[in-house]
Amino acid sequence: MSYKIAICSGKGGTGKTTVAVNLFSTIQTKWTKNVQLVDCDVEEPNDLLFFKDAKIINRSIVNQSVPVIDESQCTFCRKCEEYCEFNAISIIPSVKYASVDPNMCHSCGACLHACKFGAIQEHQHPIGELTNYSRGNQTDILEGSLKIGSPMQTKIIKDLKANASEESDILIYDAPPGTSCPVVETVSAADFVILVTEPTPFGLYDLRLTVNLMKEMQKDFGIVVNKAGLGDREVYAYLKEEEIELLAEIPFNREYAGQYAQGKLLSDIPPLIEQEYMKLAIYLKNRMNHD
Amino acid sequence: MIEITILSGKGGTGKTGITAAFASLANNTVFADIDVDAPDLHLILEPEIKEENQFLGARIAKIDTQICTNCGFCIKECRFDAIHYRTEGGLEVNPFECEGCRLCERICPFKAISSEHSTNNHWFVSDTRFGTMLHAKMGPGEENSGKLVTTVRKNAKEKAREQNADFLLNDGPPGVGCSAIASLTGVDKVILVTEPSKSGFHDAVRLIELVQKFEIPLYAVINKCDINSEITKQMEYFFITQGIQLLGKIPFNEDMVNAIVNRKSIIEYKPDSEIAEKIKEMWNKVTEPIKELK
Repeated sequence: MSYKIAICSGKGGTGKTTVAVNLFSTIQTKWTKNVQLVDCDVEEPNDLLFFKDAKIINRSIVNQSVPVIDESQCTFCRKCEEYCEFNAISIIPSVKYASVDPNMCHSCGACLHACKFGAIQEHQHPIGELTNYSRGNQTDILEGSLKIGSPMQTKIIKDLKANASEESDILIYDAPPGTSCPVVETVSAADFVILVTEPTPFGLYDLRLTVNLMKEMQKDFGIVVNKAGLGDREVYAYLKEEEIELLAEIPFNREYAGQYAQGKLLSDIPPLIEQEYMKLAIYLKNRMNHD
Repeated sequence: MIEITILSGKGGTGKTGITAAFASLANNTVFADIDVDAPDLHLILEPEIKEENQFLGARIAKIDTQICTNCGFCIKECRFDAIHYRTEGGLEVNPFECEGCRLCERICPFKAISSEHSTNNHWFVSDTRFGTMLHAKMGPGEENSGKLVTTVRKNAKEKAREQNADFLLNDGPPGVGCSAIASLTGVDKVILVTEPSKSGFHDAVRLIELVQKFEIPLYAVINKCDINSEITKQMEYFFITQGIQLLGKIPFNEDMVNAIVNRKSIIEYKPDSEIAEKIKEMWNKVTEPIKELK
C-alpha cells in the first residue's frame, strides 16, 4: 500500500500546485524514485506545466453512464422522473416526450430500477480524460481533466485515484480548491493532508473552513504557510491557539513568483525555499514510519 | 438590471479583491458572493445579516439497524460505494460518499433505509456600506454547492429587481465544474480576472471555452500584469483573437494585500493610487455603455 498525501487549501491560488510539484521533486530526487504525483484538480489541472520533459504514456477517456429512454417502449408513467433526485429526467406524457439531461445526471441508476417497462438503457457519455506521463521508464505523473461543460468532476477524481499505482511508496494528490465534494473525494483515501495557506484574512478564513472539514473527516493534517512575509500574522496566532502543526513556511519571493509564472518552479530554487521542502519531506518520512 | 459574474478559472488571481473594489465604485448595485465553498467577500464588505435562510442540501441515507437484516443488496446496488459493513457488525452509510440518490432507500426489501436532507447550509441577505449583499455558509464537505449557488443567485436577482438596481455583481468560484457552471448560466456578462502565469493562462483558456459555450459576452482583466510581461502580451493577443475586450491591466502591488488586511477595498485604502485609478477606469468601461442605453 502506498502512503497517500493530499495537498489542499480551501482558498484557490495559495500555492497547492507549487507545494505539490516541489514536494514531489524533492521526494523523487532525495528520497525515493517510487513516487507518483496525481493532479486531482481536474477542473484546472496545472501540474504538467512544470514538467516540460514529461511524455505521454497512456491516455484514456472517462465515461459516465447516462440513461437513454426508448420512447417506443416508454409508457410515460413518470416513475423515473419521480425517482431521479437530480432533476435530470423530463417526461411530458401529453406529447409523448421523454428525455435525459446528461449534464444533470449523476449516474446513480435509480431510474433503471424505476422503469418496469425496460424502456431505459445506459449509454456511455464522455466527461473527461485521464493521462499518464513519464519522465523516465515508469509513469510518475497522472492527470485527470474534466471536459469543458461537464459538472462531473468528482467521478473523474474517483477514476483518476483508481488509476494510480498502489505499488508506489508514496502518492501525492494535488487537490482542487474549495471544501465540497471534489475535495472530499480527493482527501477520502489520504493518510495525511497538507493544508497550504497564505497569511491574509482570506487565506485564514478559508483555512478555518478546511480545518473543520479535516476534523469532520477525521484526517491527520498539518499546515504550510506560503507567501510568508506578505499580509499579517493572524494565521500564526490561529495555529497556536488550535495547536495545529506548522510544517513549513515558504517565504514570498517576487523573483521566484516570476519563475513560477514561466513554469520554472524546479530550477534555481532559492536555498531558503529548498530547505523548507527538505524539512517537509523529512517530516513526512518520520510520520510515515510512525504511522 | 444587468447581472455580471466575476470568474477566473485559476484560484487566487484576485477576483474578490477586484469585486470589493468594484463594489465601492458601484451605485445602485446588489452584490452576491457565490463562491460558496470558500467565500471571502464578506471579510471586506462586513455584512450585517438581516435575513437568514436554510438551504436544504442533498439527502443522506440512514440505515435503521433494528430493521436491517444485513442482506447487502444495497451495498451491491450503490454506485458510490457509500455503504459498508461495520467492524462491530451491521451496515452503515458514509455520509461523505453518499450522493443522496435514494436508490438504496427505494430498493431495500425491508424498508430499513430512510434519508434526510442535510441542514448544514444557510444563505443570508445582509446590509453593507455599499448596498445589499447575499451570501452563504456551506457545511463542510457538502454535495450540492452548485445548487446553493443557484439559490443564492435566484434570490439576489429578486432583491435586485425589488430595489430596481442597475447591477447584480456576483463574486464567483474558481474552476470550470458544477459551481462555475451554476454561477454563469443566464448571466449578462462575465468578467474574467486572470494573471500572467502559465497556469493562469491555461486555466483562463478553459474558462473562456466554457463561457463561449454559453454565448455570454466576456471582459478580461489581467491582474499582477508585471509578474511576467511576456505572458501578459500573449494573453492580450489571445483576447483580441477571441474578441474579448480587455478592461485593463493591474500591476502587482502589496497594497492590494494590505487593503485586505485592513478590511478595506483598494479604492477605500488607497483612493489616489495608480491601481485605484485603473480599477475606476475598468468599472466605467463596464457601466458606461449600459448607462448610455438608458
